[in-house]
Amino acid sequence: MSFPWANEYKPSHPLMKWVDERLPLPRFVYSAVGAGYPVPRNLNYMWNFGVLAGFALVLQIVTGVVLAMHYAANSGVAFDSVEHIMRDVNWGWMLRYAHANGASMFFIVVYTHIFRGFFYSSYKAPREMIWLLGVVIFLLMMATAFMGYVLPWGQMSFWGAKVITGLFSAIPLVGTPLQQWLLGGFAPDNAALNRFFSLHFLLPFVILGVIILHVWALHIPGSSNPTGVEVKQESDTVPFHPYYTAKDGFGLGVFLIVYCGLVFFAPNLLGHPDNYIPANPLSTPAHIVPEWYFWPFYAILRAFTSDFLFIPAKLMGVLAMFSAILVWFFLPWLDTSPVRSGHYRPLFRKFFYLLVVDVLVLGYCGGAPAAEPYVMISQIASMYYFLHFLVILPVVSSIETPQPLPFSITEAVLGKDEHATLSPATPAVA
Amino acid sequence: MAEQASIAEATMTGDGVRRRDFINIAAVSFAGVGGLAAIYPLISQMAPSADVLAESSTEIDISAISPGQAIKAVWRKQPVFIRNLTPVEIAAAEKVDVASLRDPQTLEQRTTAGKTNWLITMGVCTHLGCVPLGAGEGEVKGEFGGYFCPCHGSVYDTAARIRKGPAPKNLEVPPHEFSSDTVVKIG
Repeated sequence: MSFPWANEYKPSHPLMKWVDERLPLPRFVYSAVGAGYPVPRNLNYMWNFGVLAGFALVLQIVTGVVLAMHYAANSGVAFDSVEHIMRDVNWGWMLRYAHANGASMFFIVVYTHIFRGFFYSSYKAPREMIWLLGVVIFLLMMATAFMGYVLPWGQMSFWGAKVITGLFSAIPLVGTPLQQWLLGGFAPDNAALNRFFSLHFLLPFVILGVIILHVWALHIPGSSNPTGVEVKQESDTVPFHPYYTAKDGFGLGVFLIVYCGLVFFAPNLLGHPDNYIPANPLSTPAHIVPEWYFWPFYAILRAFTSDFLFIPAKLMGVLAMFSAILVWFFLPWLDTSPVRSGHYRPLFRKFFYLLVVDVLVLGYCGGAPAAEPYVMISQIASMYYFLHFLVILPVVSSIETPQPLPFSITEAVLGKDEHATLSPATPAVA
Repeated sequence: MAEQASIAEATMTGDGVRRRDFINIAAVSFAGVGGLAAIYPLISQMAPSADVLAESSTEIDISAISPGQAIKAVWRKQPVFIRNLTPVEIAAAEKVDVASLRDPQTLEQRTTAGKTNWLITMGVCTHLGCVPLGAGEGEVKGEFGGYFCPCHGSVYDTAARIRKGPAPKNLEVPPHEFSSDTVVKIG
């Protein structure tokens, strides 16, 4: 599970020895995220985002559990109970803003984490399982975030619930009964609100469970790194603690500055004013859009405006939207280049940046009204999105001549392997 | 060793199946069926409950709706559009070549015989469930004079049939009957 040169946990205090013999939890932590876990020495700041995502999840669970102490999941009083949190509960405003903006920060961090994976091909063998579990986590996050947004029972909550559960009605034959089963009624109402609350409370802990599997799978080959060259020798690594606890600590500080900036100075910047209007089943807001983190996928959903062969436009849109994420599951087998890092793949690198631009364009169109020119732009951008994964990646992998890779991580960092000095945490071999 | 072999021999039937194999399969099957039976209520509890289903019919007085006007009623917690069509709107709906429609239906098929001026449809866009505009005073009716859904741009005509945009079907006509000339019962 680790490299042979990993430091061993050696408790010195009698109490810690006593604990170690009975429940080796400190030993486990030491080898998982402590000085006993060797990590490539060349990780850049893009490798901070896994830890930051974990922090964001804990933040959401802590603020969420506290909010649940004051929130009432009943369609008659849900909106008022959120206003009660905002106005009457001690620090309630801060906790709610911390939770709402925490979700946005969670997605910013996770999107960065995913695109780090795209650029450095972190999904390639032997790390496919880490990637697959990561996609599962992302799907769970989307479900959790969606249900959380329904809870305040404002206009956007209500109509978001209606539109998203309406996606299921596109499925032939079973669609409408399925939608009614999901909602427990013919339209979103008390039954739907209650179950969304229950699941919104449950799913973060499911996410936590899958994250444990994600990190477990990560610890088998160990972290990838910006060169994509595997660890060969002790000089290629440094112990996680203190080197990366410190580096992650710095990243966490930057994260918290941005996060506090949002919470305290622009708490509603990423929200919609319409959600401060109580849910009204008889009036749809003029411009309904999901939260920003769903915009790229929403744009793909809306890009299909006419029937395709025998498939209705609505079903096509729904299939395309889900496929946009499901295609990530096939990524390890679509990108066949033996070279991992985008740094050594000149052609791949250009298409990677094009994909970033494409997703940003989709995001912009997803937040814009369903009118021209946005519809046509989303159609082109959606087509390019799928083209990237299904055609460009396999073709680029087969025609590209990658640049020469360094012999080792140490060589990439220090120029020559001999220059390496081993970390002071380990006794020098020479 | 010889003794064990003879015991195994003794518990085996002619075709090589042991008593234990039967017990094993029977026990696992029984537990499996029991487990599945226990899941059924867990799935079924999510379906619409009795009180939600009980709100399934409603009576509405339509005496105050003059030609060209429409009201929004509520049925099953969803809006219903009740529209008194003008002769011009009826003519416009009948003029359309039915075969050219995405969801081919005539106005007659969507209304009660003898009361073709009363167009009663769900106010739920068949795309993703938004409430289309056009029933309220001064709302946009779209280029076909019926309803327009602002969410994703579906346009319905004066018979509430889908003419343009992503929606796959005409606005749904709920089951309804006229209790009298001025009262309609929906559901």
